[in-house]
Amino acid sequence: MWDFVHYGLGRWLHILFGMVWVGMLYYFNLVQVEALRKAALDSPPSGAGIMRHVAPRALLFFRWAAVLTWAMGAFILGDRFDDAFLFKEVAYVPIGIGAWLGTIMLFNVWVLIWPNQKKILGLTSATEDEKARARRVAFLASRTNTMLSVPMLFFMVASGGVFRTAMFGG
Amino acid sequence: MKNPLDSLWGTFAAGLVLTAVLYFLARTCMGA
Repeated sequence: MWDFVHYGLGRWLHILFGMVWVGMLYYFNLVQVEALRKAALDSPPSGAGIMRHVAPRALLFFRWAAVLTWAMGAFILGDRFDDAFLFKEVAYVPIGIGAWLGTIMLFNVWVLIWPNQKKILGLTSATEDEKARARRVAFLASRTNTMLSVPMLFFMVASGGVFRTAMFGG
Repeated sequence: MKNPLDSLWGTFAAGLVLTAVLYFLARTCMGA
């Protein structure tokens, strides 16, 4: 029963929350950035609705899905957490790399993206110069996470059972 | 030099390169 909860439900929820997190990340990078760039060129600019109604809601799911994804990943690792993060066992090297990439991405969400998005969205006070800087930092942190999502996903799917054997040998 | 993260193509290309580098690093660590 514990294995069912630990590995079955745990992995299912890890992937479910991960889809919400990375889905929102890809929405920002593939859709919203370009949509806002085009909206800013309209006369008058037409991106206010996205900034007021869409972005805050997307960021809400984005940042909390990031926490839940990481927490479920840690739950699955359980007492093997240090084997993965400290690369103590050869078999845990792929998931260890994936876990580190996910951890860096979580850091970027809460330390770089969300505090700067609060300035951009007007949830905290900021001068126009501070907002301009916040836009650049949040953009680059978001793009960094998009870049890291490529190897992160690779190491997540190549980390167990027949998948690890196929990718890294027996 | 232009920052590759300023374009989507550059972002995903950088992701692919990083994947390849980490893959071969992992294989080496695992003695595969």
